[in-house]
Amino acid sequence: MKTNPLSMQLKLDPEDFLPATNDEKESLVIMRDSVSFWKDGLRRLLKNKIAMISLFFIVVIMIFSFIVPGFYPYRYEQQIKGSENLSPMTYSEEELAKKEAGEDVFPHFLGTDKLGRDYAIRVMMGSRISLIVGLVAAAIILVIGSLFGSVAAFFGGWVDLIMMRLVDIIYTIPDILLIVLLSTVLEDPLKSLATQPGFGWVQKLGAKLISIFIVFALLYWVGMARMVRSQILTLKESEYVTAAKALGAKNGRIIKKHLLTNCIGTLIVTTTLQIPSSIFTESFLSFLGIGVAVPMPSLGSLAGTAINGFQTYPYLLFIPAVLISLIILSFNLFGDGLRDAFDPKLKN
Amino acid sequence: MIKYILKRLVMAIVTIFVVATLTFFLMNTVPGGPFTAEKSISEQARKNLEAKYGLDKPIMQRYVTYITDALHGDFGISLKQRGRTVSSIIATKFPVSAKIGGISVLVALILGIPLGCIAALNRGKILDNIIIVLATFGIAVPGFVVCTMLLYFLGVKLQVLPTTFGDGSWTHFIMPVLSIAFYPTAYIARLMRSSMLDVLGQDYMRTAKAKGVSQFVSLFKHALRNAVLPVVTYVGPMLAYTITGSFIVEKVFTIPGLGREFISSVLNRDYTMIMGTTIFLASLMVFINVLVDIVYTIIDPRIKLK
Amino acid sequence: MSEYLVNIQDERLSFFTPAGEVKALNGVTIRVKEGEVLGIVGESGSGKSVTAYSLMGLTAYPGKLMGGSLDFNGHHINDMTEKQMRKIRGNEVSIIFQDPMTSLNPVYTIGNQICEAILLHTDKSKKEAWERAKELLTLVGINEPEKRLKQYPHEFSGGMRQRVMIAIALACEPKLLIADEPTTALDVTIQAQILELMMELKDKLGMAIIMITHDLGIVASTCQRIAVMYAGHIVEYGTTDDIFYNPKHEYTKGLIRSIPRMDAKEHERLVPIEGTPVDMLNPPKGCPFASRCDQCMKICLKEMPPVTQFDDIHYTQCWLNQKAEFDRQQKEDRGGAANE
Repeated sequence: MKTNPLSMQLKLDPEDFLPATNDEKESLVIMRDSVSFWKDGLRRLLKNKIAMISLFFIVVIMIFSFIVPGFYPYRYEQQIKGSENLSPMTYSEEELAKKEAGEDVFPHFLGTDKLGRDYAIRVMMGSRISLIVGLVAAAIILVIGSLFGSVAAFFGGWVDLIMMRLVDIIYTIPDILLIVLLSTVLEDPLKSLATQPGFGWVQKLGAKLISIFIVFALLYWVGMARMVRSQILTLKESEYVTAAKALGAKNGRIIKKHLLTNCIGTLIVTTTLQIPSSIFTESFLSFLGIGVAVPMPSLGSLAGTAINGFQTYPYLLFIPAVLISLIILSFNLFGDGLRDAFDPKLKN
Repeated sequence: MIKYILKRLVMAIVTIFVVATLTFFLMNTVPGGPFTAEKSISEQARKNLEAKYGLDKPIMQRYVTYITDALHGDFGISLKQRGRTVSSIIATKFPVSAKIGGISVLVALILGIPLGCIAALNRGKILDNIIIVLATFGIAVPGFVVCTMLLYFLGVKLQVLPTTFGDGSWTHFIMPVLSIAFYPTAYIARLMRSSMLDVLGQDYMRTAKAKGVSQFVSLFKHALRNAVLPVVTYVGPMLAYTITGSFIVEKVFTIPGLGREFISSVLNRDYTMIMGTTIFLASLMVFINVLVDIVYTIIDPRIKLK
Repeated sequence: MSEYLVNIQDERLSFFTPAGEVKALNGVTIRVKEGEVLGIVGESGSGKSVTAYSLMGLTAYPGKLMGGSLDFNGHHINDMTEKQMRKIRGNEVSIIFQDPMTSLNPVYTIGNQICEAILLHTDKSKKEAWERAKELLTLVGINEPEKRLKQYPHEFSGGMRQRVMIAIALACEPKLLIADEPTTALDVTIQAQILELMMELKDKLGMAIIMITHDLGIVASTCQRIAVMYAGHIVEYGTTDDIFYNPKHEYTKGLIRSIPRMDAKEHERLVPIEGTPVDMLNPPKGCPFASRCDQCMKICLKEMPPVTQFDDIHYTQCWLNQKAEFDRQQKEDRGGAANE
């Protein structure tokens, strides 16, 4: 038997050749903490700087659009006579006179528009509308889309076939047409509805904005439905669901434990990413003048109105334009962060 | 294959028919009509006009007449641009939109695909990060923002490009094309990057490398054809939307295209125009979808058309 | 040229992941003679494939060679550029991968993919390459080669695809074929066919094979030499007889105990190896197998065992084999002291 000379160079102790105890052995095994899906995802999300900055920005925008207007000295529809077309941080002659007299005049941070309305409050209200549109539309799409998709996937066969054919047809209908037609159809019924007690908000939102919601509900859930359907179809076929069935798990348990937990990450992510795309669509419609009703502003309609005089007052256009881009950007980035954290399957 | 295409064409025609029917009834249940907005004309004149265009007849009768005429290729006369047939309006407006849209889609593909590939090949490096940031901004900025910014800086401030469409010489195309191509370029770059990364991690890429294939060949021969599939799926419907005209861009640059025509026909209740353009748009959509499916089978032999 | 076709000396390779450095290979030495079949056995993540891939310059992205020398067929792999490597790959050394379902490009015909390898490394014209591809398909036992060449991978079954992969690998008659778990993804009956085919072709073409597998049955029937890997170390190396009839390392013994045997008594249980493999991000200071070893000693936890060489070929890295030697020397020392 030849022995490697190396072993002779080591100073060995007979002690070393005694059997090791179990404790000694175990001290070597470094087990990584096992963390739950949510905890692990949350940890990854919190570590994602870009997503956190985006979330921070979204929160700031929310504060400005939902809380600040509550105590802001100007109202969005308030027309201040003599203060038309003021540049940011300037005052009209009347306001200057008031200041001379020692009165407090709240500055127009972003100037005023051509009707003398404070632009800062209008931008805040515009952001509020855009955010509401995004959130409500995402919620509508989530509910309708996931219900439709899961029903189609669960029943399969000809039910699935007909439902998916319907989805194809809906895909083809021009949305602009439907929005314009619906808003005209709904104008009268909504007006009479608004006179009912408790429905005053209908008047405020306007028929067009409500039509936009209805059109979102009617048309835009198809993408979500397709995604949920394919997700459930794949999951239904997956080995671990078969394994759970083979072990005698009840349907309820399979749905709760396997289908839902595996779907929910994708659902959250898709819904979050739906928010910016709804905001996108609303701003586009409002820019064309078929969105929110005057005097209610949205970021899209502010930009759309500003385009007429933008050679003289470019900031009236730039402020809502940049803001809407930033809102969409931060929702996109936050959604990407969510996806990376909770849905590693989609990650790339 | 031929059987499949025929089947798809039949489905397409059914879809168009359903869309046309839906549009027709929806449009006609809306209170008011094309001539109610014109206050200048008297009650009698309005009635005469309605009688002239057959609007006084019951809705079912009008529907049957319309569909029969449409099947014969007659889409009627515009109610607002008097004396012009819907077909001739579409025939003059569509080429303008299609030209701008087509060029934009080409630009988006020519820029987006290489950008996505470059990003994927330089994964994690500076170039990748720059492209990701640009593409992420690109899909966050709405079309009207791009349009108006371009108009302001290039058209008004620097005055290097014309602000309106004018006679339609090539300089007039630059800004509209850039505005329309902006979003799809960013989207394609992102799509291409992620699908390229997916393909680069596939086993067959390793096989190619193990064969001794150079990086260039393995990229262009083995990876690109697989990676471009999601882009094809996206470009199909996008092409249909784009060549029928961007509402925003045509409004901002005052381009006499089909998109603007459609919006104004909807706002003016030009029934025949709405019907004509809707049917045209829907047909374009479904036929391009059939085309995309056929292109798919050419690129990916695994997909069998049944 | 040295007597060995493949000579890997003390190879060290790490993957630099965001979580930290993963030491995948910690001093691996492998030698293969021409026409010889070497089996590398070990569980997932033990470094079998990494060793073979590094020989072909196929190390995946965050991986980096940290030390050692690799020689193959007169080439010193360490110093070769990517361009030089390309000339060897698919030509002098080929590889068959584990999963034939995903290893062929789905959008090109089989013929196209076989011809690609031929055209890259020979001066043959396209027509000649096509003829050669036909020959190769016949060689790997695929009927109607002319028709099959025009088909796409999805029209082939798993076993047939693996035959195609072998045909691609053999296109330029390589000196060395690396088979990375070539039968893991296949049915048992197909497995036997593929292995038989490989052995037949080895005799016909006289190439060497490195067979990577976790299936001891496969190495027993095909290989002359076996390397047992664990956590980036070769813990035991020897002839097939050495490994199966005279295993020296506790891990090898464990592996052999876990094979079902025909001559086992009724109700006799298979003995699994308890525990889980080491975390390669935080490898232990001592022997990586220590925590799972029944015979673990205190020294095993402190120090990596040295190599014990039993004969020219057979060696192992295990303190237990040093113990006897140590005891003997202790006795000698004591005896010597007494004599004085």
